[in-house]
Amino acid sequence: MNGIVLENLSKSYKSETVLDGVSLTVPEGRMLVLFGPSGAGKTVLLRCIAGAVDPDAGKVVLGGVDVTGFEPEDRGVGMAFQNFALFPHMTAEENIASPLKARRSTKTIVRQGVDAVARLLKIDHVLSHPPKALSNGQKQRTSLARALVAQPHYLLLDDPLRNVDAKLRYEMRLELPRLLADQGATVIYVTQDYKEAMAFGDQIAVLDGGRIVQAGTPEDIYLRPATIGISELFGDPTINLLDVVPERDERGIYITLSDQRIPLGDGYDAAVGKPCTLGLRPEALAFTDLETGIPVVIEAETPFNEKTVTLALTKRGREVLVSRPAGMPGPAEGESAFVSVNWRALLLFDRQNGQRIVPEGESGRTEAAA
Amino acid sequence: MITISPIERILRGIAITLVILFFMFPIFWIFLMSFQTNETILRVPPSIVFEPTMSNYSALITGKLETNAGLLEFEFMRNLWNSFFLSVSSVAVGLLLGVPAAYAFARLKFRGSEDIAFTLLSFRFAPPLLVLLPLTIYFQQIGLANTYVGLIWVYQLIVLPLILWIVRGYFEDIPADVEHAYRIAGHSWAATFRKIALPLAGPGIAAAGLLAFIFAWNNFIFALVLASADKQPVTVGALAFVTASGIQYGQIAAAIVLSITPTLLLALYAQRYLVEGLSLGAVKG
Repeated sequence: MNGIVLENLSKSYKSETVLDGVSLTVPEGRMLVLFGPSGAGKTVLLRCIAGAVDPDAGKVVLGGVDVTGFEPEDRGVGMAFQNFALFPHMTAEENIASPLKARRSTKTIVRQGVDAVARLLKIDHVLSHPPKALSNGQKQRTSLARALVAQPHYLLLDDPLRNVDAKLRYEMRLELPRLLADQGATVIYVTQDYKEAMAFGDQIAVLDGGRIVQAGTPEDIYLRPATIGISELFGDPTINLLDVVPERDERGIYITLSDQRIPLGDGYDAAVGKPCTLGLRPEALAFTDLETGIPVVIEAETPFNEKTVTLALTKRGREVLVSRPAGMPGPAEGESAFVSVNWRALLLFDRQNGQRIVPEGESGRTEAAA
Repeated sequence: MITISPIERILRGIAITLVILFFMFPIFWIFLMSFQTNETILRVPPSIVFEPTMSNYSALITGKLETNAGLLEFEFMRNLWNSFFLSVSSVAVGLLLGVPAAYAFARLKFRGSEDIAFTLLSFRFAPPLLVLLPLTIYFQQIGLANTYVGLIWVYQLIVLPLILWIVRGYFEDIPADVEHAYRIAGHSWAATFRKIALPLAGPGIAAAGLLAFIFAWNNFIFALVLASADKQPVTVGALAFVTASGIQYGQIAAAIVLSITPTLLLALYAQRYLVEGLSLGAVKG
């Protein structure tokens, strides 16, 4: 367990709190995806770990050693910056070689190290170029190469795919996890793209407003988000959120959507009578021929390659998004239709504090980190 | 490309010529004067037709001038050397002190840093005469009056704020992440300053150094009051040609030509450093 351990890291700039008691553990050799909207404090967190920013409070422990007061050069960390941060007056080769030279490696070792990592990242043909002659993709690879070349035990990657074009991003999404696994390093990978987070992580930690609001597997976070906010961050198209108040009758706990009774299933006793927000993922809704469904009118339809997203209007004037696999027939624009709810996939949140109401007896390892 | 009509082109040409004439004519005229005797300089109306003479330059170099009031002796070449020595040493000391200070002000936000930086700048606001009288008394008491060390020290009032504030701006323009990246790669802060900050701020340091050199070279009042003849620069030395028997225009012109030549050459040489290398292509804007 001697990976990266953060204890209660806090950092404020003037009156603005950027990190508010962040605690995290990344086991040795594993990768954690740190996900959060922009301004959540992700970059500041990485800088605290790397030593570029001093936290106001808390500890950074790397491999069992408390490095909180250490200089950046003494931490054995590799970092790739979102803005690349290449040295503009050096060639790509000198950029990549710099961590090796700092370790006073011999010329042959520097040469071999640079060549190996450059070939791996397919930038061996641009090594003699200065950064300004490189494309964004090449800059990103150079910056990644510089972080990897000295094979640091701890790797911090700050949204390295943010500024590269879509094609390269997809390629790198496939290559990077393998590459990082080969390195055997303990990795924190920052992204604000939920698809990237889902694709990479064994473990995802969601940072919002300077706090870790949820940590878990991609499945945990998608299926059992801790708060309304998290449920909105994950998923495309975004989750439908509807205000409801659960009620109880002799048949059990239910909610009413457009005069239709939707059973909630067991375990929601605590929610009865409380103002709640119902979260329905677009794929939890489906068009049905049964008149027991919610009657809607189709407003618009957007065909994506892999799925079709429909905007439907209920009788009460609520708009909901419904998605279905591409090619599956559905009602046309302007038509009336019925929508059924997969109630197993619905999420119920306390409207007052935004927390998800966890049904009693839910099997899951959802743990909201404090 | 914007197309320019022929008329506009001609008007522009005339305007530029006028501007150049306005600024260059005095220098050109002085250049001509430096090859003339007082008689041809002072004739009315003035003419650019004359018989050139090297007597002004030879007088400056030998330090002896025959006038109708007798032999005038002066040490112009000594003054020129003083100017050179004082300016170069002041700028060297200014860079040595100012560049690290500028880096500290740019990168470290410590208590009172803005106040200290502003205080240093405020030296430029005060008229030199304000500090000269007390300085003269201090200098006489501690034995710094009429020494190079004393002058170079006082010249820091001119060069240090200039270097500090110009170079600070250039250091602030270097993205902090570039320096962080170098530190994280395993280098000490001193190495980062040497290998990242200094080269990237190079053009700014060159510009500040050049400007400081010109300011130091052109200084008159400090040297006039604090130094006697053997330590005075050309700006003060040229006063020797304003004699009781008249003003030696020819020598003054030659002295001016000789004294602006180094700064002019330096500016021409440094020009390419001032414009090149400022594009930090490595960081996405």
